[in-house]
Amino acid sequence: MGTAPTGVRAAAARYRPVQRRSRFAWALLDAMVLARRSLLQTVRIPSLIVFVAIQPIMFVLLFRYVFGGAIRVPGGQYVNYLMPGIFVQTVAFGGITTGIGLAEDMQKGIVDRFRTLPMSSSAVLTGRTIADLGRNLFTVIIMLIVGFAVGFRIQGSVLSFLSGMLLLMGFSFAFSWIAALIGISVGSVEAAQSGGFIWLFPLTFASSVFVPVSTMPVWLQGFAEHNPVSVVANAMRGLFNVDPSLTAADTRSAVIQSVAWIAAILLVFVPLSIARYRRTTRG
Amino acid sequence: MQASNPLPLTSLGVSTAPAIHAHGLVKRFGSTLALDGLDLDVEEGTLLALLGPNGAGKTTAVRIFTTLLKPDEGHASVAGFDVVKEAERLKSSIGLAGQEAAIDEYLTGRENLEMMGRLYHLSGRDARRRAAELLEQFDLVAAADRVAKTYSGGMRRRLDLGASLIVLPPVLFLDEPTTGLDPRSRRQMWDVIALLVTEGTTVLLTTQYLEEADELAHRIAVVDAGRVIAEGTADELKTRIGGDRIEVAVARDADLVRAEEIVRRHVGGQATFDPTQRRFSGGSRDGAGELSALVRDLDAASVGIEDLQLRRPSLDDVFLTLTGRQAEDVSDEKPRKRRWRRS
Repeated sequence: MGTAPTGVRAAAARYRPVQRRSRFAWALLDAMVLARRSLLQTVRIPSLIVFVAIQPIMFVLLFRYVFGGAIRVPGGQYVNYLMPGIFVQTVAFGGITTGIGLAEDMQKGIVDRFRTLPMSSSAVLTGRTIADLGRNLFTVIIMLIVGFAVGFRIQGSVLSFLSGMLLLMGFSFAFSWIAALIGISVGSVEAAQSGGFIWLFPLTFASSVFVPVSTMPVWLQGFAEHNPVSVVANAMRGLFNVDPSLTAADTRSAVIQSVAWIAAILLVFVPLSIARYRRTTRG
Repeated sequence: MQASNPLPLTSLGVSTAPAIHAHGLVKRFGSTLALDGLDLDVEEGTLLALLGPNGAGKTTAVRIFTTLLKPDEGHASVAGFDVVKEAERLKSSIGLAGQEAAIDEYLTGRENLEMMGRLYHLSGRDARRRAAELLEQFDLVAAADRVAKTYSGGMRRRLDLGASLIVLPPVLFLDEPTTGLDPRSRRQMWDVIALLVTEGTTVLLTTQYLEEADELAHRIAVVDAGRVIAEGTADELKTRIGGDRIEVAVARDADLVRAEEIVRRHVGGQATFDPTQRRFSGGSRDGAGELSALVRDLDAASVGIEDLQLRRPSLDDVFLTLTGRQAEDVSDEKPRKRRWRRS
């Protein structure tokens, strides 16, 4: 160290933690510190940049131009039907970043350090899910721009557009918490990766994301119809006014069902994940 | 206990309750008994080294003291706080630096320290100032704005230790802080740790190196199979294992019986014998003198010598003497080279 540090204690003694804040305020502030960490990681890990920015653009272009001509949707243009679906699918998969990030933290020593700090323990999870929200918003904005460039057009008021986006972000946040529970439960980064993906395939493909549910076999329609991915995609289609087959009543019902799904997922998975995180220790 | 401390304890005032206390700690992982009734006391302002091989229970003990694990039986306290009942308050009084540096590889050194500062609930401005100070103190200024992924092993450990010193807690746990470091980085870590203790920090340090314990510790507790099997100052332990070690390998099988008799005369009853190498080994109170006498006697009896050495005792020797067996790795981790010699 060249010269050994002198007066380490004396230097440290000059710093006092800020005291007067409520538990809730600390939980939020700690979460923001860790969300910032997670977002900094995103910018510095090339594979994550590809996942967050490049892959969604590829999806939009592939479905627009490869399947776009083959898939007919009743009464409208496929690109308008497709885009809200792709948004929902993308943010659903985006939550995997939370799962993988948490699994990695659990595996390495850094969670031990966090646990010995006088910080809010839920912040380790909340920080990740908030960061996911930011990442997903960024991704969706990029997709919107690319979408508009390839012919995606929405109608309706600014307010209903914003409501649709809000619903999408709520859905994103809820699914990040499912991924969080998987991430802290599986015990390895690899398992968080496969465990994070596998259940999303049936959920996003057996849905209204790519094709109308009415084209599916009857036994699948029940699942596809009520699956949260379909419900949120339909709510967005209604709010963006891009699917002529949806009546105003259909839209209202889809929005209510979406909100119910988001609330239900959060009510179950937030406490479950936090409890699980507090219990789990590395052996 | 204080009288036997080899170093002056500048900050040690009146005798108080031990800063770290454990009584009858038991921890099981499935069918494995990681701790089997561990008892330990560390006086305020002193450094105690927990010495033992991999899997002896050192890390488990540290994880209980730092509230990361709950003991199955027994109780423990740090800075007067119970590790189970007062875990939250205890956290404000401890720091932990581990064998895997607990830093974020994708953040720069500065960002890592600022983040930890914020999580210790310093204000944003204080966190930035404290990070800058620690980077300076730990000679990381030049690398401050590089991501930690690019750091050497020594730099990571320094950053890790720096992060545990942000608000410098009165009690510090260092879990194998120098395992895997080169001799120069190890020496640097020792300097910092020694300074912290001089300034009054209570430290519990785990190590596999007797030499490290010897260098830094006021007292050493030898751990085996989840239990403290010997405790004392470095000098006391060395006396128990008989000072420096003499090793002699005999050239011919035919000479073994004669050689054994001569060796036993010089190194006492604790001598051990390794038949595959025809090697005798034992402690010696007066290393060099004893060694030359031994050589003279072996020579006079015309016993051929293949190899001869005088060396400082290692953890293996401590174990061999205290338990009658080698300090084996009992964990299933991949084997690493454990021993290193004084440079």
